Amino acid sequence: MERNLLVAGFGGQGVMLFGNLLATCVCEYTDKNVTYFPSYGAEQRGGTANCYVVISDEMIGAPVVDEIEDLIVLNEPSLDRFLGRCKKGGRLFVNSSIVTKKIERDDIQALNVPVTDLALEMGNSRIQNLIMLGAYVGYTDIIPREVMLKGIEKKLGGKRPDMIPLNQKAFCKGFDIGREACVKDN
Amino acid sequence: MKGCEAIAEAAVRAGCRFFAGYPITPQNEIPEYMARRLPEVGGCFVQGESEVASVNMVYGAAQTGTRAMTSSSSCGISLKSEGISFMASARIPMVYVNVSRGGPGIGSIQPSQQDYLQATKASGNGGFRMIVLAPSTVQEAVDMTYEAFDYAHRDRNPVLILTDGVIGTMMEPVVLPPARSEEEVRELKEAHRSWAFVGHGEDEKRALILPGRWAGQENCCIENAAMYETWEKDVQVEEYQTEDAELIVTAFGISGRIARSAVRILRSQGYKIGLIRPKTVSPFPYAAFERLDYGRVKAILDVEMSIPAQFVYDVELAVKGRAPVTTCLRSGGELITREMVLGAAKELLERKGGLLR
Repeated sequence: MERNLLVAGFGGQGVMLFGNLLATCVCEYTDKNVTYFPSYGAEQRGGTANCYVVISDEMIGAPVVDEIEDLIVLNEPSLDRFLGRCKKGGRLFVNSSIVTKKIERDDIQALNVPVTDLALEMGNSRIQNLIMLGAYVGYTDIIPREVMLKGIEKKLGGKRPDMIPLNQKAFCKGFDIGREACVKDN
Repeated sequence: MKGCEAIAEAAVRAGCRFFAGYPITPQNEIPEYMARRLPEVGGCFVQGESEVASVNMVYGAAQTGTRAMTSSSSCGISLKSEGISFMASARIPMVYVNVSRGGPGIGSIQPSQQDYLQATKASGNGGFRMIVLAPSTVQEAVDMTYEAFDYAHRDRNPVLILTDGVIGTMMEPVVLPPARSEEEVRELKEAHRSWAFVGHGEDEKRALILPGRWAGQENCCIENAAMYETWEKDVQVEEYQTEDAELIVTAFGISGRIARSAVRILRSQGYKIGLIRPKTVSPFPYAAFERLDYGRVKAILDVEMSIPAQFVYDVELAVKGRAPVTTCLRSGGELITREMVLGAAKELLERKGGLLR
């Protein structure tokens, strides 16, 4: 079983952390193979930042994929850029707070999560990536919830231990949304 | 770990205590990591004022028997080639890394494999050779960096890690080799006492390192050539599902791992397909191609990220016309995909009157 995802958004939305944290948790707490590949480009400002994660039982070939199974977009330019590359039958996770466009595809499953609004409601716009990560894990069940909570504590707790509870709360918020949507869709 | 950081850590663990470099994407994490890490182990990091300066700093440090390293990307490597050639001439051990990107010239900052011929055949003037290692995974990058220092110091010759912007920037799980202790590092340096500038006493024979010889250069070339002949034992190659294969895919580095995953998929669909993936691209594993039964192997598919193809020259040399060689290529910073390899392989496998008669 091989599964890949691409996360994309504005620089500063926590796109790289999303991929890095997920890949690190898969690496440290499961027996699966994983690769994390941050995109390189001259697009730090105003453009989109993105990264790929591939998780597999087998040895992983390309860490960058043509056909995206799980596409996570945190802003509209990312949607425009990557929607065409989402695989038929793939899943799309959209930050519906700022992506208002209609999704022009009916051969994929789309899940709207207003992560920017939810993050502001929770008092910190910087946790939007963790809400989305929660929604992704909740929907796909790619890695156990507890493992991610442990990973958040270990990986993000070093610099700001005071932020651990909020980060975990944000993840759980997204997780519940993702899980609920998953139950409804299946 | 990230590829570049893993390479840097492996170097430190192998006993590297000097690094000089100059920034260029996509290898910046190597000097960045070294700048932080080397002082922790009593080593020295210098950001030179240019590639030329930094390679010559490495030349200087390596003359003391210190395990020394530099890194760059493609166009930066070209600038270092003068120093590399001088070190090959003076027989100074050093390790350097090419995290290659698109070319020619300034090219692009994205990954490519367009430095193959430069890396394996002519990394500077004068026709010297080096052991060139081409990792396909971050783990291989670690293992190869670690052993590269042993090769360099065994032969007193430069060793190159030829990798690319994907392996350099991607993150993958790794197991790190044991770190050499301070005492071991000292002993490794001391072992070079006969030729290196380690501080000889007055009653001791002093070392003199010549950057080649005005007269008698031919003898140097003959000695070097004899050393290159000993490398046959150092050849490393992955032969995957080749036993009964009718189509052989061949690729190195990043293309090698992508090709391997394509081969795995086609095998599961019942196709008789295999892979030869050189891990040392110099010395090249010609013998792996000798082991093939050309009564059975009907075609060779060369996969690489270079247009025009370069790796294919070594493949042709190895195959010696016994099977047709076709290519599947990308270039200029564009990554080859598994779908492309699958498509190219299937075209050969299903060609009318082709492999599956």
